[in-house]
Amino acid sequence: MNNYNLNHLKELESEAIYIVREVVAQFENPVLLFSGGKDSIVCAHIAKKAFYPAKVPFPLMHVDTGHNFPETIEFRDKFVKEMGANLIVASVQEVIDQGLTVEEKGFNASRNGIQTVALLKGIEDNKFDAAMGGARRDEEKARAKERFFSHRDEFGQWDPKNQRAELWNIFNGMKHFGENFRVFPISNWTEMDVWQYILAEGIELPSLYFSHQRDCFIRDGVVMFASDVMERKPEEKVKEMTVRFRTIGDMTCTGAVCSEADDLAKIIEEVAATRTTERGTRSDDKRSEAAMEDRKKQGYF
Amino acid sequence: MSGKSYLDMELLRFSTAGSADDGKSTLIGRMLYDSKSIFEDQYEALEASSKKKGEANVNLALLTDGLRSEREQGITIDVAYRYFATPKRKFIIADTPGHIQYTRNMVTGASTSNLSIILIDARKGIIEQTYRHTFIASLLGIPHVVFCINKMDLVDYSEEVFEKIKKETEAFISKLGIKDINFIPISALKGDNVVNKSENMDWYQGGTLLYLLENIHIGSDHNHVDCRFPVQYVIRPQTDEFHDYRGYAGRVAGGVFRPGDRVVALPSGFGSTIKSIDTMDGPIEDAFAPMSVTLTLEDEIDISRGDMIVRENNQPNVTQDVDIMVCWLNEKPLQVRGKYAIKHTSNDVRCIVKEVKYKVDINTLHRLEDDKVIKMNDIGRISIRTTKVLFTDEYKRNRNTGSLIIIDEATNETVGAGMIL
Ligand SMILES: Nc1nc2c(ncn2[C@@H]2O[C@H](COP(=O)(O)OP(=O)(O)OP(=O)(O)O)[C@@H](O)[C@H]2O)c(=O)[nH]1
Ligand SMILES: [Mg+2]
Repeated sequence: MNNYNLNHLKELESEAIYIVREVVAQFENPVLLFSGGKDSIVCAHIAKKAFYPAKVPFPLMHVDTGHNFPETIEFRDKFVKEMGANLIVASVQEVIDQGLTVEEKGFNASRNGIQTVALLKGIEDNKFDAAMGGARRDEEKARAKERFFSHRDEFGQWDPKNQRAELWNIFNGMKHFGENFRVFPISNWTEMDVWQYILAEGIELPSLYFSHQRDCFIRDGVVMFASDVMERKPEEKVKEMTVRFRTIGDMTCTGAVCSEADDLAKIIEEVAATRTTERGTRSDDKRSEAAMEDRKKQGYF
Repeated sequence: MSGKSYLDMELLRFSTAGSADDGKSTLIGRMLYDSKSIFEDQYEALEASSKKKGEANVNLALLTDGLRSEREQGITIDVAYRYFATPKRKFIIADTPGHIQYTRNMVTGASTSNLSIILIDARKGIIEQTYRHTFIASLLGIPHVVFCINKMDLVDYSEEVFEKIKKETEAFISKLGIKDINFIPISALKGDNVVNKSENMDWYQGGTLLYLLENIHIGSDHNHVDCRFPVQYVIRPQTDEFHDYRGYAGRVAGGVFRPGDRVVALPSGFGSTIKSIDTMDGPIEDAFAPMSVTLTLEDEIDISRGDMIVRENNQPNVTQDVDIMVCWLNEKPLQVRGKYAIKHTSNDVRCIVKEVKYKVDINTLHRLEDDKVIKMNDIGRISIRTTKVLFTDEYKRNRNTGSLIIIDEATNETVGAGMIL
């Protein structure tokens, strides 16, 4: 037993645990952004591991667009309760009601963009100085440019042309009053790593990720759930389909994939064979070439 | 690639380096494309934006040049991380900028790599930025360096050109002590010797770049000899079940720790024995770099973040006076007698710069003893004195306990990368 090597999943896990601990050590009031999607579930799992046998020493915050899948909310509440964590909900409906932002109109209206307003308000109201999230660099080309510790000015903005050097495993979380950080513990994980890890660790997920029957319609080649928050054009006919979701965001911008994969092993086979990226089903990224970069500059995570 | 074979794979982290426009991003794009690691929607997006820019071919560099200003200017500004896997290995790629004003981003990408691919434009040969990046790679202790002589298509795939550049490079790097060096003639644009063997260079007998990346022996680049455990955080559950529990959380920075080992906590010097090595999955029998674990000790001693747990008979230097090679990353030059914040392992201290011993002439590697002003992108040897003791090893011996960063206390920016001598 002289082979002191970690396989890649263990190495990624160890890196993520190290980063979460570093956040708690360097910041006074951190928070974990929790969407109920697989990446934030993995982050929360990592956080549990980092502080075991103590409880996770920070709250979870959900930016609730009001257009979440009911399954997500149900899962969120159960998960948080089992974890014994404190949940804060930053509500998009509230910032709309308070007149802090206006809702988009029309067929492709989405609350994804104005999420940022609720997120920034949640951070400010609770005086969080570091917000951890499950964003991964392999998701999108602007995300591929992120540091682990991403510095934000007092307006929560990202300046991609002027990021701090990030050397070795030494993270510089020093900041001026009013500034904060976004931290991404699973930056280096791919979609495949996340699925493999979920399988290896036996992590529970919302049922949305597994193949099921659902009423859907097709818009711009993407399979969408026929929910009552989305207006349909006359030609967009609803039919029952066998689908699952690769990512879980808002019902208005998250597309489904036709799939029979109803357990983790089948999902992994499917991910290994697929030829499109996971955000390929996200209409929020398709709005323009630099859609993600622009949102991140405004304070999106 | 099937899902199953993916479970137990080695991870290789590599970064690109070389002068601006040598073709680094094109090479990464080519490697991803030819190894079928590009998804359909990504390729369609590439096609569309290449067409929009009026380019004749699909511009593979756009795969990593993800920022708006990068795409507009056709240059890389900041590191892009890309991921791909073959049945043999999983790779983390850092595609870094070649432009001199973004050197700090190159250092960022290179600092965590096991391997550096340094590109040289076959038409231009070695230029100052090639020297600088090669020198930085050697300072950072990157064990494997692959020189790719690129754009061979523009020099008629000439063996002579390749051999000439190879000779010049060998003469330069003989002084640098890099462990493992390789040379490959490639065309990133056309794909020669990247993933597929070139049909234009019969004279080249070696393997392709991907073959090398898959097969190079990385063994263990970690130190498993000198036991070093920087304490990151103290875990006190304060629950009935774990009433007296006090665990020291951290990531092993060197050596192998086992329950029963006699250890010493620095700086106090108090000794104890490791009681257990805990994880949420249960206690474990040995912990080695880079594992994140929690240690408990037999005795109650006062240990907090910034302290280090080591073996009794193998201790690091405990010192306030540190000599380092520094790579300067900020527009504002290093100030002699200036005060800076320092981060070293889990320690935060302040320091004063006592003296600049010399600056290195990048092109000749000579020591400049008259010009001692260390400006952005300069590399030099300095001595600092810290406000509190640090527990250090030579960088060459341990990248974790041998590295530190220098922070400007006014701006909070990371202004220097330090490698302890
Ligand atoms: N003919 C030829 N052109 C190439 C080759 N590799 C790259 N180029 C071209 O060289 C130019 C620069 O390529 P990039 O890949 O952007 O260079 P880079 O090294 O990433 O540049 P920076 O990141 O800005 O330092 C582009 O126009 C490429 O198409 C090659 O093998 N042959
Ligand atoms: Mg480039």
